[in-house]
Amino acid sequence: MADSKISEMKLADLEVSSGLTGRKHLLSLMVENRPGVLARVALLFSRRGFNIDTLAVGPTDDPDISRITLTVDGAVHPIDQVTKQLHKLINVIKIRDMDPAGTVSREMALFKVNATVESRAEIMEFSEIFRAQIVDVSRRALTIEVTGTADKIDAFESMIRPHGLIEMARTGEVAIARSRPES
Amino acid sequence: MRAADALCEALKAEGVDYVFGIPGGASLPLYDALYDADFEHILARHEQGAGHAAEGYAKASGKVGVAFATSGPGATNLVTAIADAVMDSVPTVFITGQVRSNLIGTDGFQEADVTGITMPIVKHSFLVTEAKQIPDYIHKAFHIASTGRPGPVLVDIPRDLAEVEIDYESIKGKPNLPGYQPTTEGNIKQIRIAAKALANAQRPVIYSGGGVINANASDALRELVRADRFPVTSTLMGLGAYPAPDEQWLGMLGMHGTRSANYVMDEADLIVAIGARFDDRITGKLSEFAPAAKFIHIDVDPAEISKNVPAHIPIVGSAEKVLPKLTGEYRALEADGSRLDEWWSRIEGWREAHPLSYEDSDSEIKPQLLVEELYRATDGDAVITSDVGQHQMWAAQYYHFAKPRRWINSGGLGTMGFGLPAAIGAKAAMPDEQVVCLAGDGSLVMVCQEMATAIAHDLEVKIVLMNNGHFGMVRQWQELFWSERYKAVAMGPSPDWVKLAEAFGWRGAMCDQRDSLAEALRETLDSPGPALLDVRVTQDENCYPMIPAGSAARDMVG
Repeated sequence: MADSKISEMKLADLEVSSGLTGRKHLLSLMVENRPGVLARVALLFSRRGFNIDTLAVGPTDDPDISRITLTVDGAVHPIDQVTKQLHKLINVIKIRDMDPAGTVSREMALFKVNATVESRAEIMEFSEIFRAQIVDVSRRALTIEVTGTADKIDAFESMIRPHGLIEMARTGEVAIARSRPES
Repeated sequence: MRAADALCEALKAEGVDYVFGIPGGASLPLYDALYDADFEHILARHEQGAGHAAEGYAKASGKVGVAFATSGPGATNLVTAIADAVMDSVPTVFITGQVRSNLIGTDGFQEADVTGITMPIVKHSFLVTEAKQIPDYIHKAFHIASTGRPGPVLVDIPRDLAEVEIDYESIKGKPNLPGYQPTTEGNIKQIRIAAKALANAQRPVIYSGGGVINANASDALRELVRADRFPVTSTLMGLGAYPAPDEQWLGMLGMHGTRSANYVMDEADLIVAIGARFDDRITGKLSEFAPAAKFIHIDVDPAEISKNVPAHIPIVGSAEKVLPKLTGEYRALEADGSRLDEWWSRIEGWREAHPLSYEDSDSEIKPQLLVEELYRATDGDAVITSDVGQHQMWAAQYYHFAKPRRWINSGGLGTMGFGLPAAIGAKAAMPDEQVVCLAGDGSLVMVCQEMATAIAHDLEVKIVLMNNGHFGMVRQWQELFWSERYKAVAMGPSPDWVKLAEAFGWRGAMCDQRDSLAEALRETLDSPGPALLDVRVTQDENCYPMIPAGSAARDMVG
């Protein structure tokens, strides 16, 4: 009886995961809305040698709680270790490692681009395709607002860059989980 | 009630009987409240001393240690102790005065952003912005410091807020901390898998750390180890959790651990890590650490699991809760103990071939002999504190700790000068125990002002000074790995330690004769009041065995 229970398992079969997932992770942190919390999160990343790719901070519907959305490269950093270290911060209430399939994520970016008489039409055409807004115009430049996934903004940047990118500002992604489909 | 008085009430409600500290301008209101408090304040002579004393108190008693300092330099002097406490998971609350709230950020006199400075080295910190927060933050600080994986919590109190009148109600129950819910119980499914893995293991070893002592789980550890003939080793921080004079005890592992313990780790097929964190002094070269082993990792801090070494069976929980369940599950499997016979015959072979040893001398006092004599003179039952370096390693090797909370030293941070103030704190916590600081001469000179503290508060600690005239461990490394280019390791003209002790009102004595060592130790230990014995030991003795940094266990030298 006892022997059969023991032999259910073989030590050799025990495995561990490498810890690296190889993809970008979008972490959504619900944190207490009080001074110093962002500093604690940022310090933890620098102290442990993790790199934050993008970071966005803002209020939530609850005035006592803020949301920090950050992206981390899971090919470089073990995400499990990152989230466990974040959990140790007393002011961090909840962490979600957002599943890409179940998440709506958006980022906003502003591009200031050289726009000559010859190129202006093409830039405006790209903007239309990407559903971007032209928010400022001068003789030599256009400023364009784009909203979408980080990939879409990357794609827009690559289209616009050959025209001469003067300046770019990106907000970093914010994200929210999709509602479950009604069944 | 004045907020400063509410602070004292809150401390009292938390069961505080001693605090350690030094006053200053920004903490005047706090000290005015301490005037009426019915717990004792021990006046250290340097804030680092106050901090280490609070740690020594906490490590000896298991209760939360408390240290006070004023703003600016007072608070920055605490930083080493705070870093020490976070590395060794010591439950401590550090209370600092801060400049008036309207001066914060103006570079006011004695202003330092101590909350900012200490952010990476605290478990948590609170900067008081409203007077009414003070008792609430104290309550939360004690809860955070003492639960889950223990650690230091800082509460920074601006001077003006401490003087405000507030309504104080004694706070009861668990504080509201939505982001802090430590897991202690351990997942029973994981525990069952772990029990089966243990029953399957042919070459298991139990590797226990400071977490077992923090969780007061020494008895539970003993039960598990004796549930079968499991060999057991421990880290520097875990010594005493399992009684050293025992058949299943392998000795300490790691850089200056025994060969048997390190060889067992090297060949084990299953390592059960309990409240230990696989730091570099344990693993040596990580890629060659325990190449044949699967790992069960039990820790109350989930972030420790798979941080350095990936765990095959992770169990998040405190040793106190998890170990009895694991022992029960293992016993129920009725595993055949004879499967370990072969493993034990291999272990016995290593033990016989490589016992801890040193070459004794007729003329000189060997440092290892000093520890052995101290062990005999105290019946192996004293509370021993130490500084950091060779003497610390020899103490770990040759003072065979049989009980938890008898070995109080700085492991993670490796803070020289820890021993004397820690002994003062330990003596306050355990007035009926013999408390001996086994000091190094390089370390003791860094904190010798605390001898005044012991006299002033009538705390009978003894110092046994292992005096080799050198920063001995650095000297050893320069000898072995830096071509004997000795730089800045000889102490030169040392103080006359006997006169220095006497200047502080201590009894002082010196011993440089091997034959009179036992007698000198007995006299020092038996004399009333604080006493120091300066023991002149061999100057160029090396601490062996040793895994050179970055090498694998099987490449031990010495």
